[in-house]
Amino acid sequence: MEAIQAFQRVVDDPGGYLKTLKAKRKIIGYCCTYTPEEIIFAAGAHPARLFGTKGAIQRADAHLQSYSCSLVRGVLEDALAGNLDALDGMVFPHTCDSIQRLSDIWRLNISSTWHNDVVLPVKLNTASAQEYLADVLGKFRRELQAWIGAPLTDASLKNSIATYNRLRVLIKRVYELRSASPAIMSGRAVNTMVKGAMIMDRLEAVQQLENLVQALEAGTGQTARSTAKRVILAGSICNHPEIYDIVEKAGAEVVWDELCTGSRFFEGPIAEDGDPLAAIARRYVGRMNCPAKHKDLRSRGETLLHMVQDHTAAGVIFLNFKFCEPHAFDYPYLKEMLQERGIASLLLEIDQELPAAGQLATRIEAFIETI
Amino acid sequence: MAEDKPRDPEKDKLKIKSAKKMRDIMTAYYIDAKTARDNGKKVAWITSGGPVEALHVMDVIPVYPENHSAMIGATKMGGQLCELAENMGYCADICSYARSDIACATINGGPIGGLPAPDFLVCCNNICGTVMKWYEVQARYFNVPLFIFDTPICHTDFPEETRRYVEKQTVEYITFLEQVCGKKFDFDRMMEVGKLSLQGQRLWQDILDTTMSKPSPMSAFDAFFHMAMIVTLRGTQTAVDYYQELLAEMRERAANKIGVVPHEKYRLLWDNLAIWHKMKWLSEKFAAHDACLVADTYTSAWCSSMKYLDEGDFLKSMVAGYTRIYLNIGVDQMADIIKKMITKYDVDGIVMHSNRSCKPYSLGQYDIRKRIQDEFGLPILMIEADMVDERSFSESQIETRIDAFMEVIKEKKG
Ligand code: SF4
Ligand code: SF4
Repeated sequence: MEAIQAFQRVVDDPGGYLKTLKAKRKIIGYCCTYTPEEIIFAAGAHPARLFGTKGAIQRADAHLQSYSCSLVRGVLEDALAGNLDALDGMVFPHTCDSIQRLSDIWRLNISSTWHNDVVLPVKLNTASAQEYLADVLGKFRRELQAWIGAPLTDASLKNSIATYNRLRVLIKRVYELRSASPAIMSGRAVNTMVKGAMIMDRLEAVQQLENLVQALEAGTGQTARSTAKRVILAGSICNHPEIYDIVEKAGAEVVWDELCTGSRFFEGPIAEDGDPLAAIARRYVGRMNCPAKHKDLRSRGETLLHMVQDHTAAGVIFLNFKFCEPHAFDYPYLKEMLQERGIASLLLEIDQELPAAGQLATRIEAFIETI
Repeated sequence: MAEDKPRDPEKDKLKIKSAKKMRDIMTAYYIDAKTARDNGKKVAWITSGGPVEALHVMDVIPVYPENHSAMIGATKMGGQLCELAENMGYCADICSYARSDIACATINGGPIGGLPAPDFLVCCNNICGTVMKWYEVQARYFNVPLFIFDTPICHTDFPEETRRYVEKQTVEYITFLEQVCGKKFDFDRMMEVGKLSLQGQRLWQDILDTTMSKPSPMSAFDAFFHMAMIVTLRGTQTAVDYYQELLAEMRERAANKIGVVPHEKYRLLWDNLAIWHKMKWLSEKFAAHDACLVADTYTSAWCSSMKYLDEGDFLKSMVAGYTRIYLNIGVDQMADIIKKMITKYDVDGIVMHSNRSCKPYSLGQYDIRKRIQDEFGLPILMIEADMVDERSFSESQIETRIDAFMEVIKEKKG
């Protein structure tokens, strides 16, 4: 599929791709789904999601202990190695303790980029937290505008929101088509698509996705009904697409996910009327939350259960980064909630390197056999 | 056994006499907490950096899982309880305070047979995001209300919107307490408790400052022991009285040149939490090199925001007071505080505990080390360990590194 190839190219060489965009606008890196990308895009800058390095981690070891997650270490590694030279700025929404310190370390060591902390509230369920959230977004807008040196109008924000809504609807559409007939596209391709759309120029991404959806819609009905077992992937991001291949080889399909490179990115439209910043804030409040944010005590589990039901999944694979606390704390209760409904789950803790391929495959195959 | 040994008057002189009283107070405190229900009192679990003063106003007994986990570590029960948590599905990489507490709650085990169950939970994230996840677990387990006092990190400054947000939460916190306790908040009482809290913090800082004397009358290891009061009984007359006594004893020792390390030659600074399960070993190890750990960044954190507190209006001033504590600031600001401590306590080197459990404290240490080395050229030793979980401590390796580090210090200082 042509669209997937386009996404694949930017995923394979994000640094190179971003350089080509750099001539036209400022590139701003980020590594969390609570980054108000819509504001960056409205400012005429380009938001680029960072996923960590593909190579070995060496330089970052001078700044981060080995017991921090490979996302934090990998992003810093890429920056120190010069792989992110295309970046003009870096935005750090407050996420977890590790990102909080990565922000400090970045600010102290990487002087070539504009640096901004968007210190979001950790709870989203009170009126004062929501007011604070709106304040913080407003401040980000002002600071970004001052740095870019051009007005950031409500009209451009609304345009940006419309673009993002379209982008998210399209990605979700692909997920829906695939949930209906998984054989139309590999899990790996889905992963590439979402990541690619987070790196690629957003208008271009929308165009590619329009084409992709059209092609998929034209093709459905022709693919045979899949007999594969249906599973859901839960966690933050998946940096190892091999996992999809292993799942598929074992006779299952990832039919939906609860990932930052997945549903946490595309769920929740932003209202297109009214105050645009307030609308962006409302999306964060209403959308399925990440474990680094507090909404209530069980909503993440409930979201997961709904996903399982809506997509008639038989099991859940948790894909947690090794050393990631927010996700590790949630796992036991999520597992229990699933278990109570008779839904099996498997926990994979992933570091920078995957365990020896055979080992991982054996675990995944064994799990899939039981569901 | 111990009674058979002849008493060594020289060693007796070195002992801090108030320590016994401290133990008695802490025992009484835990008995009170464990019998709270019989006495019609409520129990709240609260994080170590949480706004406890308002609980005292409401006559609620505050209980500190972190202090309890430190006791678990000190009694070397950490490994076993952490393992239990791991069997419950909590991965071995999460904070061992949390792991041991979560496990302990299910079996009422540990050094004091478990903590009294909470009526509600108060979680302030000025120390870390970990506590939020940990308290969510406990709120589910005990099925009790959870109040999250959200203090956004101040990477470089203390913005107006942050001040506003925390101020609003102060009001919400009081409303929450009124609801769960079923009675009105007494603002006059708040004034008194606020004064006591500040008084306690001042005394604690004064006690820590007695270590500017040479030889130092106490060490960071003593501070780790005596800090329990500033954490758990902050805002009470008990803490003020006790610290007055301890301060008098320390000042007397300083005046009489009684050092806690008999032949103090080298003065060191400790960074990060204590390694609770190795306190004695470490203190003897350094003492054998005539080195005294005269100051630390951990125990002083409880008076790190005193300058923002105003006893005339504690509630208002605690907005900055609780938000701008050590740890809830940028790494560079933490380095600046350490630099001041180096001069103030006249130290010859730094021991940094790279603590696998505590990311907000430990990530950034390498950069702090570099900044300090660049400016002061001080020898710095980095020990990787865990505060509670003794399973990851490699004694022989750390011993060798301490010896090598002390050689460098000796060579430098002569
Ligand atoms: S994976 Fe976990 S620890 Fe790493 S940045 Fe994300 S939330 Fe933080
Ligand atoms: S040790 Fe660190 S991570 Fe654990 S509760 Fe304390 S501050 Fe939080």
